[in-house]
Amino acid sequence: QAKRNLSIHEYLSLGLLKEAGISTPIGDVASTPEEAYNIAKNLSTTDAVVKAQVLAGGRGKGHFTSGLQGGVKIVYSPDEVKEVASQMLGNQLITKQTGEKGRICSKVLVVERKYVRREFYFAITMERGTETGPVLIGSAQGGMDIEAVASNTPEAILKEYVDINKGCSEAQALSLAKRMGFTDANCQQAADCILKMYNLFISKDATLIEINPMAEDSEGNVMCMDAKLNFDDNAAHRQKEIFSLRDWSQEDERDVQAAKADINYIGLDGNIGCLVNGAGLAMATMDIIKLHGGTPANFLDVGGGATADQVMEAFKLITSDQNVNSILVNIFGGIMRCDVIAQGIIQAAQQLDLKIPIIVRLQGTKVEDAKALIAQSELKILTCDSLNEAAKMVVKLSDIVGLAKEASIDVKFELPI
Amino acid sequence: SLQTNHPLELKSSIVSAASQLSILACRQFIRCMGYEATRKNMKINSSTKVICQGFTGKQGTFHSKQAIAYGTNMVGGVSPKKAGTTHLGLPVFKDVSEARQATGAEASVIYVPPPFAAAAIMEAIDAEIPLVVCITEGIPQQDMVKVKKRLQQQDKTRLIGPNCPGIILPGECKIGIMPGHIHMPGNIGIVSRSGTLTYEAVHQTTNVGLGQTLCVGIGGDPFNGTNFVDCLEVFLNDPQTEGILLIGEIGGGAEEKAAAYLAEHNTGPDAKPVVSFIAGLTAPPGRRMGHAGAIIAGGKGGAEEKIAALRDAGVNVTLSPAEMG
Repeated sequence: QAKRNLSIHEYLSLGLLKEAGISTPIGDVASTPEEAYNIAKNLSTTDAVVKAQVLAGGRGKGHFTSGLQGGVKIVYSPDEVKEVASQMLGNQLITKQTGEKGRICSKVLVVERKYVRREFYFAITMERGTETGPVLIGSAQGGMDIEAVASNTPEAILKEYVDINKGCSEAQALSLAKRMGFTDANCQQAADCILKMYNLFISKDATLIEINPMAEDSEGNVMCMDAKLNFDDNAAHRQKEIFSLRDWSQEDERDVQAAKADINYIGLDGNIGCLVNGAGLAMATMDIIKLHGGTPANFLDVGGGATADQVMEAFKLITSDQNVNSILVNIFGGIMRCDVIAQGIIQAAQQLDLKIPIIVRLQGTKVEDAKALIAQSELKILTCDSLNEAAKMVVKLSDIVGLAKEASIDVKFELPI
Repeated sequence: SLQTNHPLELKSSIVSAASQLSILACRQFIRCMGYEATRKNMKINSSTKVICQGFTGKQGTFHSKQAIAYGTNMVGGVSPKKAGTTHLGLPVFKDVSEARQATGAEASVIYVPPPFAAAAIMEAIDAEIPLVVCITEGIPQQDMVKVKKRLQQQDKTRLIGPNCPGIILPGECKIGIMPGHIHMPGNIGIVSRSGTLTYEAVHQTTNVGLGQTLCVGIGGDPFNGTNFVDCLEVFLNDPQTEGILLIGEIGGGAEEKAAAYLAEHNTGPDAKPVVSFIAGLTAPPGRRMGHAGAIIAGGKGGAEEKIAALRDAGVNVTLSPAEMG
């Protein structure tokens, strides 16, 4: 099962907050510059903010392929909204989190600009430690990088633990609001907002609600200026509405392909492809490649009950990465039978006409049958019993292929067996 | 009651209220110590009576067959719709408490699908089954948080998992999905957050002739029933266990806690050698590496910190997964 924990666009997150009765800045989402213009025209002020709806951190400091600097722009007229929207929509936004390709911006959020008096940080997540359960996190130092606040001034991060069976009490919400430093007049409003967010967190199976900033505006209202919501993938079966909000266009193409094949895949920068069963062994395989001087091109866990077709899909994913020079297959058959894996490898090598060397290390259930299948296939697949040897070999072969690539020699591996 | 005006009665009621308070405090204390008291329930043997929840399903059937073949004392199973029938030659019951009454089951293994798995664990806790092993992967986080709260408030049931391979006493009792044949009775206790990586470790200790006393897969979820410390206590107190192999991975702080526990409890001339491998040195921050719990977040949960903590506690940490044995 692929674990990625759904995250949804800001405008959808803000929509969920609004639905829960929490105040958010007035505005709407637009798919065209004209729509953006009309939204801006209907706002009660001329000052507005245009926010690119791209699922990545660091939007403010990012830049677009159109040349526009910044994914969050403050503007002063509906005409300006239209102009900025036209430079965002249909373009890729590149931030420190997206990689050089960036992510497509298909929607912009146009909201009234709020003049805020004070900015706070607020979040809810699940605590893994001894205080197992939901934890409310607040800070008076909102609007900035909270991880920096946490490491520089840990005392500025305030926590309130909630017993999931009892729920969050008003007293707890009030206590946190006071400690965060909301003015007396606004504490009740802030506590009310906190309670509503807690209920949203529970009812929607969220794993994270992060509001940065939560603000007191110049009229003394408490509102959530921004929202980041993540949801528990394991709860997808009972949160169908939430999970229908996923925007596949915001995810790496290979991630999408992997999700569809029900494979756990994470692309990395190296040049040795890995195909492993089990997440722990997959990480360990990456580690041993590195230990022998190589660099892994990916994390890939085919899971406990992979079929020959899934193995085929896994090979497609690995080889779609042009940087891959060699592949290490490391399978420890428990529930999974090695012969099934072997069939998948043979099928993939034949159908995909793989030219790069494949090292296969199999152990466990039906390993002898698997080796026999590979030997009979007459394909140049190297098998190896020892994980250490297999890792050494795949690193060496990757180096050779890498050198050949640099010299523009088309090598097809013909290995003597 | 405090509503009376008579001074003497008032005094006695205050005293009784105070003593009730101390009983409450006592109970609170038992609650804290309570769940830890169930660590000993992991000491299974060849006569441990095991039932299976989700017995008649595909997974339950396959792995129950394997367990029986291995020699595990399977005594029945639970499957509400097929209660009263027999499956694999064993009786099928409508619920866990009926199964416990009829068979005296001491352990239950759960292969129930994720949406219903937490309820299955709760049912086993209700029936006071001493050891519950939940194999199911993909249980919603909130469900497991509720289960964990419940576990901490009782002292009868020990949960291993979820999302784990299970527990095995080589040659005697296999509760879970691990391939039995790679194990060998011996003197190493193994505890791990991973499945196949554990098999790798087991295989290595078998190949070098050490063998295993007890292998526990605690699972890759962030919210689980048993942690490293629980298993370390069992291993340190078990005279047959001469060495310990701890296999961790990125995410959370369980390895650091294990290191702190070892620094306190495994010292002096009788200290047992502990070897460890931590997976994920090459894992990028912010990405979830397959296991729900395996993520480096907010600068925490990285492999380097875990390795350093374990080394400080005198643990021999190998950087190669090929050299765990």
